Amino acid sequence: MARALMSGNEAVARGAWEAGVAVGVGYPGTPSTEVLENLVRYDGVRCEWAPNEKVAAEVAGGVSFGGRRALVTMKHVGLNVAADPLFTQAYTGVTGGLVYLVADDPGMHSSQNEQDTRNLAAAAHVPVFEPADSQEALEFVRKAFDVSERFDVPVIVRMTTRVSHSKSLTKAGERTEIERIPYEKRPQKYVMMPGMARVRRVDLDSRLAALAEYAGTTDANRIEMRDVALGIITSGVAYQYVRESMPDASVLKLGFTNPLPDDLILDFCSKVSRVAVVEELGPYLSLRLRSLDIEQMDTGLSAIGELSPVTVLRAFGGSAPETRAQVADLPPRPPLLCPGCPHRGVFHALGKMRAVVTGDIGCYTLAALAPLTAMDSCVCMGASIGMAHGAALAGTTEGPVVGVIGDSTFAHSGMTGLLHMAYSGKGGTVVVLDNRTTAMTGHQGNPVSGVALGGGPARALDLETLAKAMGADSVRTVDPHDLSGTLEVLRQEVAEDHLSVVIAKAPCALLVREPKDPYAVDEEACTKCGACVRLGCPAISRDENSRAIIDTALCVGCSQCVQVCRFDAIVRVGPSCDLGGGV
Amino acid sequence: MSVTTVVLAGVGGQGTILAGDVLAKVAVAEGYDVKLSEVHGMAQRGGSVDTVVRFGDDVRSPVVDPGVAEHLIAFEMIEAARALRFLRPDGRLVVNRRTVAPLPVLIGDLPMPEDLEPALSAEGAVFLDAEALACEAGSPKSANVVLLGTAAYGLPFARETWCRVIGERVPPKTVEANLRAFELGSNACAKGVCEA
Ligand SMILES: Cc1ncc(C[n+]2csc(CCOP(=O)(O)OP(=O)(O)O)c2C)c(N)n1
Repeated sequence: MARALMSGNEAVARGAWEAGVAVGVGYPGTPSTEVLENLVRYDGVRCEWAPNEKVAAEVAGGVSFGGRRALVTMKHVGLNVAADPLFTQAYTGVTGGLVYLVADDPGMHSSQNEQDTRNLAAAAHVPVFEPADSQEALEFVRKAFDVSERFDVPVIVRMTTRVSHSKSLTKAGERTEIERIPYEKRPQKYVMMPGMARVRRVDLDSRLAALAEYAGTTDANRIEMRDVALGIITSGVAYQYVRESMPDASVLKLGFTNPLPDDLILDFCSKVSRVAVVEELGPYLSLRLRSLDIEQMDTGLSAIGELSPVTVLRAFGGSAPETRAQVADLPPRPPLLCPGCPHRGVFHALGKMRAVVTGDIGCYTLAALAPLTAMDSCVCMGASIGMAHGAALAGTTEGPVVGVIGDSTFAHSGMTGLLHMAYSGKGGTVVVLDNRTTAMTGHQGNPVSGVALGGGPARALDLETLAKAMGADSVRTVDPHDLSGTLEVLRQEVAEDHLSVVIAKAPCALLVREPKDPYAVDEEACTKCGACVRLGCPAISRDENSRAIIDTALCVGCSQCVQVCRFDAIVRVGPSCDLGGGV
Repeated sequence: MSVTTVVLAGVGGQGTILAGDVLAKVAVAEGYDVKLSEVHGMAQRGGSVDTVVRFGDDVRSPVVDPGVAEHLIAFEMIEAARALRFLRPDGRLVVNRRTVAPLPVLIGDLPMPEDLEPALSAEGAVFLDAEALACEAGSPKSANVVLLGTAAYGLPFARETWCRVIGERVPPKTVEANLRAFELGSNACAKGVCEA
């Protein structure tokens, strides 16, 4: 087969398929999401979105237990959620191969924190592969399944944003069909109660010892001898930066990084005059070198953010290329809520109420930015609800406390928070932003939206019934595009001393296939008050005379601005023209 | 041959990612090693988007550092100015004469930067109006293909390869209009000035 351009995530999907994977399961999260979106297109593999990473890891564990190969995918913070099954799956080991695809996000392009998955993997005693490009992603995933079965352990393939989302030439292979391993009752292996777990813990160490030996022999780890004056130990995409900027240096390229091949490292270090580690995030490799008593060059490279060819060059005394001077003071261009986004209606109301909003993660987190500035915290998925309760326990009275959470996030880890609120009997207000999709990560289906991975129909959770069953005293559904209706319901609910769930239900603007006719501003009627501009809609701005103007090409006719205009200055205009189709 | 780097800079939704994909495929078809890098996620919600295509005999890094790129094709003027740092002092700069106001400007917190055009002109920019040329080609949504045409003018790839890859990528009914858009972009650069 000829080589074709593939993203790292496409290559992971291909590798898993070639390895005979039977099930792919995960929860979306940039930069990991496209793995399952690609895997679902292959025949012979069942793919599912789970409500969260813990469930996904347990489903995958069950597939393995049932004798088939499984891939489970998530972003780095997802592994925190899935850490509970992972840490004990290391003890039980596997039957069918079990591979975790975990994508780190150095530089936090789309994440709330930076984590190095290798550190968590080491704590969990599970092996790690680290590809440096798409070809390796494909090959390492195949190897990972073999290693999983050979050494009886789940295996992590650690990607990073640049490996997942850059495309490079990749040669694909054929699928190997793998027979199901017939089920056998093996409680000593799979029932991790203390007596049996103690035995498996000791066994895990012997498996790790065998894996350490594998680390020294696998071709995923290799020494490239060039000039012996400098030897660089590196892994992942950092390897590419080293090769680009320090082409003459000798390199120990590590593709299998837990457990580390100590003998290979010592051997390499003995062959070169000076040793340096170049790794993204960490410190991980450099800590291991320190414990091996190997003297390392102080490169000054940071463990925060991404590296690049030039940061590596400078670390070894090279000078950065000449650049042009900046030509102007530029306004930043943060991402923003789309024209017609239903979330805007809710945050408009919360702003008016001067609410203290414990927020959550999704597109709606953008409401924390000007001009809405109507979200006051964002920590991790699901945190909005527990934090709303905690803030009330602390006696917060500076404004009504409202927890706000998206539909996918609610299914992920909001339900248990709500259950806690009900159980505590304290009351409170929770808003679920039900835009019928997981918008932030690219419109995946979720258990609330009733759309399966691949786009087919699925059973949809009835949020109202669920909230009532959990113990909410009041459950009300509002149309967030109806600004005064939404505001009124929220005002009533925060005034009551009970537990209320308000469901703001309207589809994501990007899912509405036939937008309504756009609006325009009647110049004569506009008083320049700015009320519409403060909605932060990308379609609305001010002209040179401070009057509001609406870009009819962007406007989708949601009418929120019409409702905030007290001068009837915003009027419906005809349909926008057909724009044809580009690439 | 060493590596050539092209940066396509624009605003989420302008089609830079798809344009980058076409460019990368053309380079592959011409026999080069290629890497393409883009950032997904948050950025797609109207933020700044830089797509980087690198080709040569052996391409290592998928990302570009300041002062490295030979070509900067900017889909918007503010983003042209922002991405200018990537361009080598002797690099080629093509700018779509269009501004998309970012949120702080829309809501009146920050002014629109003034005199961007003369400033970019002083940096050697060639300007064009991609939207107008796309309309002229009969497909207003093909501004990104017009801009691909401008990139093509400075790159060592055969015209047939471009046409084939574009033809494979666009909706069948729009192939002709897109090829016209491509041609108009390329011709605009051939003339050296792209006065609209
Ligand atoms: C543990 C964890 N998993 C995944 C993510 C990535 N992620 C952030 S928000 C989000 C989903 C948002 O969907 P929803 O709550 O429906 O809000 P919307 O974007 O649709 O407004 C995901 C998957 C994350 N930040 N943390």
